[in-house]
Amino acid sequence: MTRKRRRLLAVLAGLGMLGLATALVLSAFSDNLVFFYTPSDIKTKSLPEGRRMRIGGLVEPASVEKSADGKTVAFRVTDGANDVPVTYAGALPDLFREGQGVVIEGALGKDHVIHAATVLAKHDERYMPPEVAEALKRSGHWQGEHPPQGAKTP
Amino acid sequence: MITELGHFALILALCLAALQSTLPLAGAARRHLGWMAVGQSTALAQFVLVALAFAALVHAYVTSDFSVVNVAENSHSTKPLLYKITGVWGNHEGSMLLWVLILSLFGGAVAWFGDNLPPALRARVLAVQGMIGFGFLLFILLTSDPFHRLVPAPLDGRGLNPILQDPGLAFHPPFLYLGYVGFSVSFSFAVAALIEGRVDAAWARWVRPWTLAAWCALTIGIAMGSWWAYYTLGWGGWWFWDPVENASFMPWLVGTALLHSAIVVEKRDALKSWTILLAIVTFSLSLIGTFLVRSGVLTSVHAFAVDPARGTFILLLLLVAIGGSLSLYAIRAPALRGGGIFAPISREGALVLNNLLLATCAATVFLGTLYPLFLDAVGGPKLSVGFPFFNRTFVPLMVPALLAVAFGPMLAWKRGDLVGALQRLWIAFAAALVIILIGLYATGGGPVLAVLGLGLAMWVFAGSAVEWAERVKLGRAALAESWRRARHLPRASHGMTLAHMGLAVTVAGIAASAWQVERIEIMRPGEDLPLAGYTLRLDGVAKVAGPNFTADRATITVLHDGQRVAVMQPEKRFFPVQQMPTSLTAIHTTLLADLYLALGDADGKGGWTLRAYWKPLVPWIWIGAVVMAAGGVVSLSDRRWRVGIAARRARGVTQAAE
Repeated sequence: MTRKRRRLLAVLAGLGMLGLATALVLSAFSDNLVFFYTPSDIKTKSLPEGRRMRIGGLVEPASVEKSADGKTVAFRVTDGANDVPVTYAGALPDLFREGQGVVIEGALGKDHVIHAATVLAKHDERYMPPEVAEALKRSGHWQGEHPPQGAKTP
Repeated sequence: MITELGHFALILALCLAALQSTLPLAGAARRHLGWMAVGQSTALAQFVLVALAFAALVHAYVTSDFSVVNVAENSHSTKPLLYKITGVWGNHEGSMLLWVLILSLFGGAVAWFGDNLPPALRARVLAVQGMIGFGFLLFILLTSDPFHRLVPAPLDGRGLNPILQDPGLAFHPPFLYLGYVGFSVSFSFAVAALIEGRVDAAWARWVRPWTLAAWCALTIGIAMGSWWAYYTLGWGGWWFWDPVENASFMPWLVGTALLHSAIVVEKRDALKSWTILLAIVTFSLSLIGTFLVRSGVLTSVHAFAVDPARGTFILLLLLVAIGGSLSLYAIRAPALRGGGIFAPISREGALVLNNLLLATCAATVFLGTLYPLFLDAVGGPKLSVGFPFFNRTFVPLMVPALLAVAFGPMLAWKRGDLVGALQRLWIAFAAALVIILIGLYATGGGPVLAVLGLGLAMWVFAGSAVEWAERVKLGRAALAESWRRARHLPRASHGMTLAHMGLAVTVAGIAASAWQVERIEIMRPGEDLPLAGYTLRLDGVAKVAGPNFTADRATITVLHDGQRVAVMQPEKRFFPVQQMPTSLTAIHTTLLADLYLALGDADGKGGWTLRAYWKPLVPWIWIGAVVMAAGGVVSLSDRRWRVGIAARRARGVTQAAE
């Protein structure tokens, strides 16, 4: 095999792989791009039902209710201006607490309730998920990152 | 005082790094042996200095010196000693110091073991290594100084995030960094080769052991991180396609490709510029991983604190390192002439296929991970890429790669015989078919993809076994003859077989996760919960106190056919210093399956939520990773003497040329 033919083959193989990857990525992208919304977006925009989305906000105090069999939990997520109801069947993360920031991934049901597939709480008590910060900033309820006490030297 | 010494040592290391990145380079250009030799002594001194700085920080942690900001923010006097030490890298500043420590360790190792390298190449490699060190030392000193003092010192520290107080996680960062940073050596060799404009078989032989060592460490590091997520997060998942996981996985994928393409450079003198590019890309991805994880653009346990100055600095480092090396590549790579010509169906061809697929996999993971960040940066909508994206792009690309793993090593160099190879693999094919049929029968046609996955794992495993058996003529010669052949087979060949078998074991573990059984129930003491043939009986929940936490500990008796097989004690811990709860899962493993229990909340009426999983073959995921790394180590033990041979041969060549 000559050098030229070999190069042609390598280029073709590379292009083929690129095409395959592009096809795979595009087909997977079309179903799996998950857009981020704030509770206010959900109240004010008419969003498609059944599509996966992410919602960031704080768990509204005194809104968490567990079902009798302990398998599902319902709560409301707020950005200070608006709130949306969420139901979740599964295990809540350890750091899930009322008044704390959460990011919900799930779909809006016909009942206008978010059916959560995953609930993410922050791993560290000093840390605010960027999505939650964004939601609070958009609704004008942002109070800034809690500065760690005595962290900076003069 | 010791803290200030540590700070001083770090500044001194920065100065040495500046020297190391310039003088040897100038020396190599002017063929000045004295200047070139500066590289070795500065690299060793830099390691000693950074080690001193690191020891000073460890000292501050162990003695709970809360006048140091970093200690006050991340440690606590009641913390067990192990976590006082591992807490050093459980925060941004300390982990960056660990990063630089490992970088200087590798630089020092090149200087120490590099006696057989041609002096000019060694000087250039060490100079590039010095540049990376300079960048990161400057980063630490300017934006992330771990030795900052706090006046007045608080009475006690704020403690380490409890979720990080775990033996599995304690050693995950060092291994991960050994991998990430280990690729800096391949990078430095690649840049040095571009500056020299020469890549040959000897170069590949020098690069391969470093790449292999880094790859082994990264494999272990990723496996540890995944195992940690599995047993601490309490929902039994072991891989989430989380951007932070992807950040470590991308260098692994490209590093694996590099490992394979370097063989072609070594044995056949082909694929030179591609291998150089892979070396650059692998370390670039390690740097991007560091940026993703450390800049706070991602939500995760790794994002310690958000400081825009740090993100900007790392981004700048990225631009210089990646942009610079790729520009150099663009200018110099066309001059690298490939030697060996090969047919598409050949060992080289199979390795090219491996490289194409791994690189494409890495590219799709890269796209899925960075697309949301990119959109966000240009002011587009905020979105994320769901994990089904990764499964749908990754799996179709991995399947052909796995199919090729079995027959690639059976093909001859230059021109292979595909039909012959497939004929010799009939046993592997039959074994895979048997597994698929048994799987379909046993699960009643269960998830077909999972059954096929098991078959694929068997194909890779048996294929590797067949290849090895052929090499030692197992069954075709006397046993004594086979034994003699096995002993004389190069270690690298055993290593390859072992690593490929490890891959098969991991694939089997992943495929079998489709059959996991999950139950979430509220249980009262004395109640039974049936799960996958076992009966779980809740004996009671008791309050217990740990060194720096209190916990509710459930005691659960596991019965199988009326026989007691285990007592499991999942806990829900509460850390008062951080006001933070964590869960400690209980796992009972038979190595064929795990019983996995996590304790949830009390319902206030005497009942407790219990999450129980039965997970078949799940330990194999990590066992396979360990076997893969072991294969790498076996292969590494071979390289030592071959490096010597390469050096002697190369020296002979250069002497003849001069």
